[in-house]
Amino acid sequence: MSSGLYNTHKGDFDKTLDLTRLRPYGDTMNDGKVQLSFTLPVKNDDRGQEAARQLARLMGFPEPSVALAQSLDKDYTFYVVYGSCAHSVDYTGIRVQAVETETMGMDEINDCIRANVGRKLIVVGASTGTDAHTVGIDAIMNRKGFAGHYGLERYEMIEAVNLGAQVPNEEFVKKAVELNADVLLVSQTVTQKEVHIQNLTELIELLEAEGLRERFVVVCGGARITHELAKELGYDAGFGPQKYADDVASFFVTEIIKRKVEKP
Amino acid sequence: MQSKLNLNRSLVDQARASAAAVAAQTQRFIDVHTTVTVERAVCRLLGIDGVNEMDVPLPNAVVDHLKEKGLLAGGAAQHIARAMLETGLGPQEIAEGIDRGEIDLSRLPARPERDVRAAVMPVAEAAAARIRQNVGKRRAYLEKFGDKTDPYLYVIVATGNIYEDIVQAKAAAKQGADIIAVIRTTGQSLLDYVPYGATTEGFGGTYATQENFRLMRKALDEAGEEEGRYIRLCNYCSGLCMPEIAAMGALERLDVMLNDALYGILFRDINPQRTIVDQFFSRVINSYAGVIINTGEDNYLTTADAVEEAHTVLASQFLNEQFALCAGLPEEQMGLGHAFEIAPDVENGFLYELAQAQMAREIFPDAPLKYMPPTKFMTGNIFRGHVQDALFNIVTILTKQRLHLLGMLTEAIHTPFMSDRALSIENAQYIFRTMHDLGDELVFKDGGIMQTRANEVLAKATGLLAEMESIGLFGTLERGTFADIKRSRTGGKGLDGVVTKDEGYFNPFVELMKGVRF
Repeated sequence: MSSGLYNTHKGDFDKTLDLTRLRPYGDTMNDGKVQLSFTLPVKNDDRGQEAARQLARLMGFPEPSVALAQSLDKDYTFYVVYGSCAHSVDYTGIRVQAVETETMGMDEINDCIRANVGRKLIVVGASTGTDAHTVGIDAIMNRKGFAGHYGLERYEMIEAVNLGAQVPNEEFVKKAVELNADVLLVSQTVTQKEVHIQNLTELIELLEAEGLRERFVVVCGGARITHELAKELGYDAGFGPQKYADDVASFFVTEIIKRKVEKP
Repeated sequence: MQSKLNLNRSLVDQARASAAAVAAQTQRFIDVHTTVTVERAVCRLLGIDGVNEMDVPLPNAVVDHLKEKGLLAGGAAQHIARAMLETGLGPQEIAEGIDRGEIDLSRLPARPERDVRAAVMPVAEAAAARIRQNVGKRRAYLEKFGDKTDPYLYVIVATGNIYEDIVQAKAAAKQGADIIAVIRTTGQSLLDYVPYGATTEGFGGTYATQENFRLMRKALDEAGEEEGRYIRLCNYCSGLCMPEIAAMGALERLDVMLNDALYGILFRDINPQRTIVDQFFSRVINSYAGVIINTGEDNYLTTADAVEEAHTVLASQFLNEQFALCAGLPEEQMGLGHAFEIAPDVENGFLYELAQAQMAREIFPDAPLKYMPPTKFMTGNIFRGHVQDALFNIVTILTKQRLHLLGMLTEAIHTPFMSDRALSIENAQYIFRTMHDLGDELVFKDGGIMQTRANEVLAKATGLLAEMESIGLFGTLERGTFADIKRSRTGGKGLDGVVTKDEGYFNPFVELMKGVRF
């Protein structure tokens, strides 16, 4: 670091913790120290370093120091920048919306099913309607899973049946009844002309018409699915990007247990 | 090479003999079957390419037609040859004619086998010549620039846009990467066709298309010329189209391709009969094209425990070796896979990793082993992650692994930033430089932890292979021996694409390429 090994900077700030003005902690209360790294698509010279400093100022670090500027390619440079954050937040005033279900790990989910249900849960999933994409349903169900989160096939206490893509809603419901499913997972990747809304609505209508809606926990997922949208369409939950098998399984396991308690 | 592990060589021989027996049994099944993608690969090698107005690739149009007419059992080549004799057109025009419904391959007059061969063999030979030219070009580059004897630094690019991938790949090459793998979009393995054209909006990667291969090849040749090194290109010869992707890779001079005899079955639920037939032809092509295959044993350890299941990795390496030999692929092109995946909280875990990596080195002395970095126990803690990758780098340089897939400190968070790759290359280069000859200086203690560990894994693998010899490959897959996954021989995707060959079956490329060295 350009400032050397020892911190000789004169600390003229208040060093008592004040939760109404919370700042990052480096080695002294309220010093606001932050380390960050980023790459800029410019060559490595003084002008590039100044650009990095200016950016850091805009990010809220009034006196940033560039500790490292290293060329990655002719026109790409990597910077490690240190600064003291000028901002603070009022910790005491923060209210977060309670997460409805806490995400559990795979073993925890298996244990939870074993203890509360006492048998394997049957989960049937598909990419329904005309949608030919299996990436979403595969990411959740295939054994290998996605981004380091195992898929449902890997769960000991879940019998996961992946019907694949282009499954008509009628056939999906028929198969769910045949397999005596507990949970239905619907993936929608294609969203052109809102085709996913139409298709998702059709499934719920079909389940309601057959008097089957209450029999299953019904969950949908996809790049443009939000929990609100899913609820609005009559689903129990909806999962968008960055959600994995453990998030989905935690939800439906909790929901099934809740239903058992409500209607034993 | 002096053995550090004091391995029981008679167990090694026994394991190899059992694997050879399993492969030979399975090869009898392979020899009497073909699949839709094998025949589409034949079409591609005969020069059939492009898509129709519905975006259906023409090789699919031809093979679907053959299947519908009940002609697939004879192989695509002879029917195309008869159409060539009848119409005087080339394979591409014939494919277009079939697609437009103007040519019906079931209505062609019979021809003597001699004439059929005379019509198609020159076209097949021209494709083989193009592949030989590619091999020649690779050799010329390697002669000009020299080839590295240290482990190849292997990195991935995964932006989903081939043009952005090129920017990243060129930067990585300049930083010192030797092999660039272009990550394939998640959905492709289950598509029973190969998409066409350049990808600009892929989900977690690009499609393996011939155009993407061509674009990246050109970019890496440019970067290589600037750097004075040959930069190798890698893609994925896996899923429902193994042989077609192998054919495209051969035509566009890929150097390394993922190709595992069992991966698709286990991890993509592709039908076992389908994959086993597909892998054979794909490896015949890979072999001819001088492609180093990468097998996928590392994946076992992402689902099963790396300490408990180490012997399944070794057993699978023996099987992949024998299946590759059945396809004529030499040991010098067998990038048998394994991985550094023992949990960081296991006491002496590093010793086990070192023992297992050394074991693979001693059992497969001529294979360019592919060693995979930690992924399973990478968390959001990028600082610890960088240390885990450093330990992994140490094992590689001590045990002379060949294809060293660099770990990224941001694994499990996002696909690599340009800077992640640079940090990772810097980490490996630092360790490879400062520990360069340490492996040669070390001997392992007689009867110590590492010798004991390696011999235990070897004994268990030998036992497993002996058991497989009695129940066969399909039976083993049904029991869930690998990666804890059970696959039935009639389950999974793609079984309807498997066809029993008839007596007149003919594949010109197996004849031209299998086991041929030049």
